[in-house]
Amino acid sequence: MPSTKSTENNCFSRTHKSREQPFKESPPLGRRLRYRHTIMNFILQGFRDAWSLIFSFDPAVYFIVWTSLKVAVLATFASSLLGIPLGILIAVRRFRGKSILQVLLNTMMAFPTVVIGLIFYGLLSRRGPLGNFDLLFTPTGVSVGLFFLALPTVVNLTFSAIQGLDPRLIVTCKLLGATTYQQALKILKEARYAITAAVVVAFGRVISEVGIAMMLGGNIKGWTRTMTTAIALETSKGEFEFGLALGIMLLAVALGVNGMLFMLQRGRT
Amino acid sequence: MKKTLSILCILVLSFAFAATVFAENRLRMSTTTSTEQSGLLGVLLPPFEKANNVKVDVIAVGTGKALKLGENGDVDVVFVHARAAEDKFVSEGFGVDRRDVMHNDFILVGPKSDPAGVKEAKTAQEALKKIAESKAEFISRGDDSGTHKKEKQIWKAAGIKPEGKWYVEAGQGMGPVLQMAFDKKGYTLADRGTYLAYEGKIDSVILLEGDKTLFNPYGIIAVNQEKHPKANYELAKKFIDFVTGPVGQKIIAEYKINGKQLFFPDAQK
Repeated sequence: MPSTKSTENNCFSRTHKSREQPFKESPPLGRRLRYRHTIMNFILQGFRDAWSLIFSFDPAVYFIVWTSLKVAVLATFASSLLGIPLGILIAVRRFRGKSILQVLLNTMMAFPTVVIGLIFYGLLSRRGPLGNFDLLFTPTGVSVGLFFLALPTVVNLTFSAIQGLDPRLIVTCKLLGATTYQQALKILKEARYAITAAVVVAFGRVISEVGIAMMLGGNIKGWTRTMTTAIALETSKGEFEFGLALGIMLLAVALGVNGMLFMLQRGRT
Repeated sequence: MKKTLSILCILVLSFAFAATVFAENRLRMSTTTSTEQSGLLGVLLPPFEKANNVKVDVIAVGTGKALKLGENGDVDVVFVHARAAEDKFVSEGFGVDRRDVMHNDFILVGPKSDPAGVKEAKTAQEALKKIAESKAEFISRGDDSGTHKKEKQIWKAAGIKPEGKWYVEAGQGMGPVLQMAFDKKGYTLADRGTYLAYEGKIDSVILLEGDKTLFNPYGIIAVNQEKHPKANYELAKKFIDFVTGPVGQKIIAEYKINGKQLFFPDAQK
């Protein structure tokens, strides 16, 4: 098979030089050995492809990375904005049904992403109640779904972070006459490490999920294709090495974002 | 630290902004994975996009889902291959202006050793009968795609209800199913385009081709504006005229993978 085939076929419709056909020249040494051989070859090829992908500076590839980052950062930011105060509120207030709420929040963290995708598909579809906003199959639509994926995680982990604080903190604050806002600020400062961790976990969950991005984004080339949906597409086409390369790239991007968050955290101390 | 925080904020705001800016004229099309993965849309869409200054958003899914998206009004035009389901879609009033576009064909793929003796079969029904009798493994798409629908239709015509250990329902796309058929040394029904794309990676061979029942026609349908006022009928109609017109038909006829023609234009008859 001529090596030009994969170039027409991959999701960026761009040339990837130095790509070989790893399945083609396997030694006839029995099935098992042959399988192992291809797997080794395929992982190596994945790393090689990832390397050339990152340093190709291909605009199509970087657009996918940009889309992924855009929807994930937006969702994480919005869910933190709402989730952290909500978590603090739940932790500080005493009310009936608090433990039930906690169990519910824990359960929400196990929400399958495809189900969130389905629910929001129903809401955002032109036939659905929010159809007039035309959010389906747009990056914003994906962000909305991801926001609801991240929210329980942020609320829950913020809540746990504050539970872990010294209970005397709030009492002391109150005794010293701090306003609610000042108390919240103090709590935030004391629990900052654990709360940053909550944000990091939420970001990790949204950037790596594929169900919502597929269902609400539709994997549209040059518009809503994210790194995870591109990986799913390449894998379904049998371009395993290329899918792996994209996966490695996704991890590299996550490393960059987490590095930034780490600096932010360090800067605060 | 303040600096990092403000950089982060600016980043997030620019993401949010960027998500809302791209609102140009778009045509949404749901189609089967075969048209996109074969690379045909990569050559068919750009001339149309350029001539009309629009962007075609392609949502490539199974035929069942592609029609469902049309029913819900989430796309403007549907480009699929499942004649019976297409006619139902039109008769129920979801679609208008159905046109034949092109056809390709299905093939029966299996291991070189051919344990069921499918090679001697003259028709698809006969071949499936032989597979069922010898209980050789058969991998079915099992995902309600056009290919799966065709397979079920042939089983029905042959008067066999495929059941048992030898009948594997994969629930996956064509690529993974071909891969699985190769790994399990089983038989499967595949579309020629995907098989050609996989030819170098698996050594399953074509055992039956050219039977009239394996003919696979593609049709294009505009979503009915009376049901979904927001559907972009005008552009959908323009696209249908382009695809079925001389320019589109010529592109289809000239599209080749490894020197082999994949699709045969049907509209000019």
